[in-house]
Amino acid sequence: MEQILGNLSLLAEFPVINLKIIVDGLMIGSLFALAAYGLALVWGVMNVKNLAQGDFVIAGGYVSWWLAGLGLPPLLGVAAAFAVMWAVGWVVYKLVITRVIERDMFTSLLATFGLAIMMAQILNLLFGSDTQSIQLQYDTLYFFDGFIDVPIAKLLGVLLAALLAAGVILFMKASRMGQAIRATAQDARAARVLGIDTEKVYAFTFSLNAAICGAAGAIIVMVWVIQPFYGISYSIRSFVIVTAAGLGNLPGVIAAGLGIGALEQYGAHIFGIGYQQAVAVLLLLLVLVVRLVQQRRMRRSLQ
Amino acid sequence: MSGARKSAGMPIEARRIALYLVLIALMLAAPFLFPGFRTQLAALWLMIVVALAWDMTGGQMGYNSLGNVFFYGTGMYVAAVITIALAYDVGEYTSAAGGGIHAFTDAQYFAGMALGIIGAGVFCAVCALLIGYITFGLRGPYFAIGTLGVAIAAGELVSNWEWVGGGQGISLPVYPGDLETGKVVFYFLFAAAGIALFVLLRWLYTTRFGAAMNAVRDDEEKAEAMGLHTLRYKLAAWSIAAFFVGAAGAISAFQLIHFEPLETAYQTINLGIFMVVCVLLGGKGTLWGPVVGAVLFHVFKEVTWNYLLGWQWVALGALIVVTVVYFQEGVMGYLMRRKPEWFGIRVGREAE
Repeated sequence: MEQILGNLSLLAEFPVINLKIIVDGLMIGSLFALAAYGLALVWGVMNVKNLAQGDFVIAGGYVSWWLAGLGLPPLLGVAAAFAVMWAVGWVVYKLVITRVIERDMFTSLLATFGLAIMMAQILNLLFGSDTQSIQLQYDTLYFFDGFIDVPIAKLLGVLLAALLAAGVILFMKASRMGQAIRATAQDARAARVLGIDTEKVYAFTFSLNAAICGAAGAIIVMVWVIQPFYGISYSIRSFVIVTAAGLGNLPGVIAAGLGIGALEQYGAHIFGIGYQQAVAVLLLLLVLVVRLVQQRRMRRSLQ
Repeated sequence: MSGARKSAGMPIEARRIALYLVLIALMLAAPFLFPGFRTQLAALWLMIVVALAWDMTGGQMGYNSLGNVFFYGTGMYVAAVITIALAYDVGEYTSAAGGGIHAFTDAQYFAGMALGIIGAGVFCAVCALLIGYITFGLRGPYFAIGTLGVAIAAGELVSNWEWVGGGQGISLPVYPGDLETGKVVFYFLFAAAGIALFVLLRWLYTTRFGAAMNAVRDDEEKAEAMGLHTLRYKLAAWSIAAFFVGAAGAISAFQLIHFEPLETAYQTINLGIFMVVCVLLGGKGTLWGPVVGAVLFHVFKEVTWNYLLGWQWVALGALIVVTVVYFQEGVMGYLMRRKPEWFGIRVGREAE
């Protein structure tokens, strides 16, 4: 308790620390938003709630880490992770997801939870349970007499995330496939009647989601650390963001992602680093309760 | 017509009684027939208890909780704290873990055990009422994720709570007396919990309460419109389930002696998902399904585990995916469809 009060008074005394926490949080949050966008895509288009989302992120990170160990430049690793996870997503879709789309939602949730366990364990067997990261040889920028340090690697990560997000949005708006995806999300039956091969759209959407997650993971491994069992917390964060923002609300997803990142950093600062996971999960419960109260006011339930 | 049904029903009733007698005899004899597998047999009863409890909300009411393991972990901690508090100061005991010698008399041990198991059950039932009051407003996948969140959050918070040992976990005294006797005692404690829950559910599912539970699953809005206060039924059912899961957790705490928060107590991806797989494997929403599923799953797990050399968790994930995707009706659902006459249901020409 004393420690918590001490941390709080530290924040009040040195406002510049707040700025540092917020900058850190926004940088991490942009990556959360990326993974959450993929979840919202799959959720909206094929009504599948993917609990393996975080494990796609971690798997992408390991692809990039492993290739960097073989001498591939980390920036190319992002592209490689995108491509490899695209293939993984396609295989997963054909083996499992295609069979759960028409079923009730708990089926997809449980099937992807099983997938999450499998992926985490396979990564653990292949790469061991130590935390891993890629060290980039870039300088660090200092502001406010060194109070705020911004590693250029992190800035680069945010930039890459923004580029990827812009690319995906442009694709969804402008390309024929993007239009087909949006049409399927609105009304799958009508889309089928009008000659869209929805099975192909589903496969494409799920692969795209896995690829986005993989690229996000490849960025995370450059600016943070990964570990085979960190996947579930990324899945939970994605759910927090999508639940808070709602489906098909892209600005909301970005805002919620950045907000979650900042709140988590605050939580870790105030309560101690040991509580970071707990803060992420408690935010989920908080968001669910807030949404629930909103719905109750309209005499509806969250479903 | 009623006479015809009676004469056709009698042999089924007689066979059913014979089946129950054989099973009870097997249950009583098992730890002595297979003395080398006493711990595994106790674990089998644990699976039966948690699977039956999960099916109360998951199968009968359509509320699929991924967080029932919260009650298991909480039960463990409540039992440990009660037992220690009877003899020592809890904070002092946990901070001296490994260092100081803490002896318990037999009386303290057994009083702690009895109070701990009951206390854990009651505490978890109250927790279920409080958590359920919030989470039962969530439907479908949101309920599953919300309850999963509760379980994960509890594990993370407890692992930061130094008073109960933090991430190091907490140790209980060893069973005073012969080691093998201890194993038999734990076997019968788990078996008693399992049989009590089974008998309770067998009765409960035939009552108006059971019908209301199924009405919630089939169409909650209509049930509400018919005047059923659905939240009360959901809370009552979940707190009964929580009582038994908490008590089972308490028994596990004494059996395991030492446990820690993330891997043993709030083991979201082990026991938390095992219980769901057991129910799905056996057949959701049936009385025998969770029992059959628990036996099948536990035997599969114990037989294959050692030969898979590190790949057992991958195999487990694959088993979940395959069960969910290809075999969702479960063993009981399959049998009811293929052999309805076994269940006293007559179809087709015979029924006319």
